[in-house]
Amino acid sequence: MSKWVINESLCKGCGLCIARCPLKILAYADHLTPKGVYPAAITDESKCTSCAICARSCPEVAIEIYKEEK
Amino acid sequence: MTMKKVFSRPASLSKTPFHYCPGCDHGVIHRLVAEAIDELEVADRTIGVAPVGCSVFAYDYFNFDFNQAPHGRAPAVATGIKRTRPESIVFTYQGDGDLAAIGTAEIIHAANRGENMTVVFVNNAIYGMTGGQMAPTSLIGMKTQTSPYGRDAATAGHPIHMSEMIATLESPVYVTRVTINNVANLMKAKKAILNAFKLQKEGKGFAFVEVVAICPTNWGKKPADAHKWLTENMLPVFPLGTFKDTHGVEKAA
Repeated sequence: MSKWVINESLCKGCGLCIARCPLKILAYADHLTPKGVYPAAITDESKCTSCAICARSCPEVAIEIYKEEK
Repeated sequence: MTMKKVFSRPASLSKTPFHYCPGCDHGVIHRLVAEAIDELEVADRTIGVAPVGCSVFAYDYFNFDFNQAPHGRAPAVATGIKRTRPESIVFTYQGDGDLAAIGTAEIIHAANRGENMTVVFVNNAIYGMTGGQMAPTSLIGMKTQTSPYGRDAATAGHPIHMSEMIATLESPVYVTRVTINNVANLMKAKKAILNAFKLQKEGKGFAFVEVVAICPTNWGKKPADAHKWLTENMLPVFPLGTFKDTHGVEKAA
C-alpha cells in the first residue's frame, strides 16, 4: 500500500504541494485528468517521510497520507 | 507491515469537489473549520452561516447544517439562530467584501453585543466572485478592476483593519489574525480556529478569527507566487497576532 494517495479527480493542478514538499519528490504527472489538468504525482515514494505538508497545503483536500507502522 | 492513516479528509467536510479556483485558500480554511468541528465533536449541533461572495456555496461542502445569509448579514442571521437555538454551535464564514464592506454594521454590533458565536473572516484584499474589484481591505497602490492605477488613499481611504477595530470593543473574548501562507502558520491558524469554537462551546462569547488569504485569480499570480506576495505585501499591513484573549485560551492550549 502506498504512503501517498491522491484523488486525481479533485486535483486542479495548483502546484502548492509540489512547491512545498521539503524533499522535492512531487512533480506534475504526464497525463491529463478528465478535468484537463496535469495532477500532482510522487516521483520517489521510498523517500517520503509521511510529513503530510503536501496534504495540509492542498486546497482541494485531495491527498491522503499513510505511514508505516512498526 | 501495516499502514497507519496520518492525514485524510475530515468527516465534517463533504465529498463535493470545491468550485474554487486552483490554489484558492478557501479549501484549506474550510478544512480547518471542519477539523475543529470534528475535534470538538459538535457536528450534530453545528449550524454555519455562509456569506455572499466566493464562499456562497459553502453549505455544499460541510456535513452539518448550513444557512446562507443576504450580503453582509451573516452575523445578524447567526444571532437569530443562536438566540433561538442556544444549544447549537453557530459560526459565520465571511469574506472581506461581505464582512468589511456591506456587512460592517452587522459584524460590529454582533461583536459589541457579545453574541456567543464564532466568526471566520477570510481577508484577501479583493472581491473575488464579482471579478476582482477593490475591497475596503485592498492595499494602498494595489491594482484592481476598480482601481486600475492602484488604490489611492486620497479618494478610497486606507485598508480597514477589522481585527483591531473589533478588539477595541468590550464584549468580544477572542480576536486574532492568522494566515496560511506556509505550513507553520497554517498549524497556528488551525489552533486559532479551534480556540474560537472551543470558547463558543464553553459559552464564553464572541470569537473572531481573521485569516489573511490569497486570491490567485484576481491578483493575477500563480498560487505559490501569491503566497509570496501575501508575505511581502499583505502581512506588513495586516500584522499577525492576537489582539484580544480575555480567557487566555492561547496560553492554556
